[in-house]
Amino acid sequence: MPVERLVRFFSSLKLTVVCLALAVVLVFVGTLAQVKLGLYEVQARYFQSFFVYWQVPGTAVRIPVFPGGYLLGGVLLINLFVAYFTRLRRHRPHVGLLLIHFGLAALLLGQLWTDLAQRESVMRLTEGETKSYSESLRRSELAVIDPGDPAVDRVVAFPDDHLRPGAVLAHPQLPFTIRVHQFWPNSAPVRGDTNATPQVTEGTGLKARFVPRPPVTTTDERNVPSAIIELLTTSSPATSLGTWLVSDWLLEPQAVEVQGRRHLLALRLARYYKPFSLTLFEARHDKYKGTEIPRNFSSRVRVRHPASGEDREVLIYMNNPLRYGGFTFYQYQMAADEAVRLRGQRPSSTFQVVQNPGWLMPYVASTLISVGLLWQFSGHLLGFLRERRRRAAAAAATPSPQPQTA
Amino acid sequence: MKKHLPWLLSAFFALWVLAALRPPRPVGAFQETEFGRLPVVLNGRVQPFDSVARNSLLQIRARQAFAEVTRPDAPWWNPAAQYTRLSATAWLLELMTRPEQADQRKVFRIDHPELRTLLGLPPEGPFYHAQAELRPHFEEIEKQARQAGAQDPAQRNTFQKAVFKLFQNLVLYQRLKSTLQPEGTTNFLAELRAYQAALEPGLAAVTQHEAGQPHDTAALDALVRFARRFEALSQTALPLVVPPIHPETDRDAWANVGASLMETLVTRQIHPAVLAYAEMADAYARGQAEAFNQALARHQQWLAAKGLDREIAKGRWEFLYNYWRPFYLGTTLYVVAFLLGCFSWLSPDRGGVWNRGGYGLLALGLAVHTAGILFRMALEGRPPVTNLYSSAVFVGWGTVALGVILERIHRDSVGLVMAATVGCITLIIAHNLALGGDTMEMMRAVLDSNFWLATHVITITLGYSANFAAGFLAIMFVLRGVFTRGLTAPSRSTLTRMVYGILCFATLFSFAGTVLGGIWADQSWGRFWGWDPKENGALMIVLWNAMILHARWGGLVGERGLMNLAIFGNVITSFSWFGVNMLGVGLHSYGFMDAAFFWLMLFVASQLALIGLGSLPARHWASLRETAPQPAAAAPPKAVPARTV
Repeated sequence: MPVERLVRFFSSLKLTVVCLALAVVLVFVGTLAQVKLGLYEVQARYFQSFFVYWQVPGTAVRIPVFPGGYLLGGVLLINLFVAYFTRLRRHRPHVGLLLIHFGLAALLLGQLWTDLAQRESVMRLTEGETKSYSESLRRSELAVIDPGDPAVDRVVAFPDDHLRPGAVLAHPQLPFTIRVHQFWPNSAPVRGDTNATPQVTEGTGLKARFVPRPPVTTTDERNVPSAIIELLTTSSPATSLGTWLVSDWLLEPQAVEVQGRRHLLALRLARYYKPFSLTLFEARHDKYKGTEIPRNFSSRVRVRHPASGEDREVLIYMNNPLRYGGFTFYQYQMAADEAVRLRGQRPSSTFQVVQNPGWLMPYVASTLISVGLLWQFSGHLLGFLRERRRRAAAAAATPSPQPQTA
Repeated sequence: MKKHLPWLLSAFFALWVLAALRPPRPVGAFQETEFGRLPVVLNGRVQPFDSVARNSLLQIRARQAFAEVTRPDAPWWNPAAQYTRLSATAWLLELMTRPEQADQRKVFRIDHPELRTLLGLPPEGPFYHAQAELRPHFEEIEKQARQAGAQDPAQRNTFQKAVFKLFQNLVLYQRLKSTLQPEGTTNFLAELRAYQAALEPGLAAVTQHEAGQPHDTAALDALVRFARRFEALSQTALPLVVPPIHPETDRDAWANVGASLMETLVTRQIHPAVLAYAEMADAYARGQAEAFNQALARHQQWLAAKGLDREIAKGRWEFLYNYWRPFYLGTTLYVVAFLLGCFSWLSPDRGGVWNRGGYGLLALGLAVHTAGILFRMALEGRPPVTNLYSSAVFVGWGTVALGVILERIHRDSVGLVMAATVGCITLIIAHNLALGGDTMEMMRAVLDSNFWLATHVITITLGYSANFAAGFLAIMFVLRGVFTRGLTAPSRSTLTRMVYGILCFATLFSFAGTVLGGIWADQSWGRFWGWDPKENGALMIVLWNAMILHARWGGLVGERGLMNLAIFGNVITSFSWFGVNMLGVGLHSYGFMDAAFFWLMLFVASQLALIGLGSLPARHWASLRETAPQPAAAAPPKAVPARTV
């Protein structure tokens, strides 16, 4: 019976052991690979995938060579459930084991939920600045801003995964369409001739020159994208309004006038808007006397939520984040020491902003597992001690010539 | 007699441990010991001069004291007479007050062969050299160090690391010279008096000059000369030796001598501590013990009068801790306990005198080890594990504690030998980690959380302890089984139960520690799990232990298979503990180390060799030969399910 064999296969302890051993290897290889690939690339390739692929050098052929994190985790989950419903259920129920294993399942599923739903971004504030949005460090967007209304800017933003060379971007609010000629996920400015990017006919790109760069690998660097885009009229046949270079390197957006209306173009970090705002009052970076060892980082901020009328001060510091409105703000980076003040710059503070609807899962799961482990192992220990006492009593009754084998 | 021998042995060693607490006898008329206890601030923390001296010598010379062969013709029965020895404090005093004499002492350890050829040093011979010997090469050393410094630390080769280290040591040495007075000063006290005399007229001239009035240019120039000199001193002097003048308002306002003399321009009074130290320096340089001791006593009285009792006590207690060296004593006790444990297996009188003697010493070693950890905790005001050094001390402690429990239950020297081995190895690792300098440095802001240090770090470290305990018990199983006939069936099953039990303990602690780490990460960085290398290391331990336990429950491995898996646990644990720090990525890597990489690889190779040994067929095991099936019937013994859970 193939079903029976399948059930036997998926419920076997051998499968558990093999998967755990493969998981050890996967984690080990994934850790070593971080030196070269960086944390995010490794997460995507090794842990958040079904297979680890090997790309045949010189070709685009990818061969799966090792099970990835999702596959191993998935098989272990199936293994656990099948084993529970076929084997374990028949024996007398072990509360400890049950708690441990279902806690583990919850932990794995919680991690999957986090992988899929967590959104990380940062909010950088200089002292006195107010923001109601955070920015992604890994995603960018092409923003077209209509500053016509003095009260609010109207923004149309295209996420970076739309910016494929050849793509044509349109939006009902825009009086033009955008054709993407080039998109470089990471780029760098180079010194050199003017108008070195020959397609560009308008804007800053006539003077500045950028070249593509390989994506960064470490967590303390980030990609700075650039793109070459052409604006086209919406009439048919479409005529060109000019070609621009947009880049995250450029601090100011570039203005373009179409049908008498001014628009601003910017390739920038993707923004996530919040219904509330944060104002940085003071950033502090204390060091131990006579050393460069950081003693404390802290930021005093004001939280304002217009809809609820909430307005208060909060101190965010290391190991003490602000949890507010479904987001968590952690002290992340800081430029506020003596050197910054001496250079005459305004001190600034950066918060990591995490939105993770599944953040409670690991807590629930680990509580289940901990209780289970304590239950299980204290049972073992008590059994062992009882056994010893029994043996000691037996040995006292009949003196044994070999006491050390007890 | 036989009955009392173990007790006598333990009592003898206990006396030895206590005797080590006696303060050192003064070598000359100078109260160097008292000087060594004076509190100063370095690395952001209050510590005695003695710690400054010891940690600097450790970095420069890889030893906590100075010794040099100066009389090679001393009689053979008295080898100690060959050496000139200086305590760390005496060496520092000489360096600060008689630098030209100190420059002749061979204190710089240089052992990298290419660096030695660069400096024109012979490839063989003692590796210690005096600053005066290196002086002609300063330019070259600086040039090479700058080149090395331009490289990312992770990318430097061994030569670059060696030359960079030497350069840093030379800088440290120079800066220490300026602790009490500018280098090369002969009578600093007289200079300070001249400064005090020049202060009022000079400052008056400054005011007049700023107001555009006629002023005494000579007085102004004299003051500017002093100010330039002290400003330069404030940049070079390293330890902050001048205590706060108003500790009741700002207890952290320690300063170095140069900075304090610059402050004098505002306060118009030279700080009494600066004067006292100048007097001590002058008296020490001239060999006037009476004057030195008097100035020292005056400074001590001043400290007490200012209510700096906490700092004084810190200096005295840390001096005692340095002097006592509990972990060195512990290492010695573990070596003797190890030998006694081995004798107990070799001698026909098994489980007898040798075992009891060894057990007594192991317990004494654990007591000293514990006292050392508690002493450190009290000095630091921190939980026991704060950095790699203290983790090594604590891993050893955990394993020895487990070993003492096992030995108390089974009394077969197995727990004894395992604990003594791991205790000794981890303390030697700790000793080598201490060569980096101050092991009680302040905690970086992100790690500055006593709650998480006390929970996550302790449980994770106890998990390491338990894994090593299981791994080394398994090594003993393999070694005794393959090479001796002593591993009888009952002792095999005892060992198996021990390893199994300890693996359960290890799983519990590693898992709890990993989860606590996840919670800490969630609290401070916003993610429970980030696939950071240190997290991955901990996860590998948990996965591996879970795998062993499942393989055991499923009857997939027998006794010997369990042992081999437990030995591989040593490899995984050591990778998690040290290997990930060598990758140089991630938030957790608190120190890049390279010599350690070699030892880690050696350890891994030795463990793989042991696994190879453990995988030999039963007929090659001395203890299993008789029961093993003959080669003709080569079927391995069917694994027996150990237990139903």
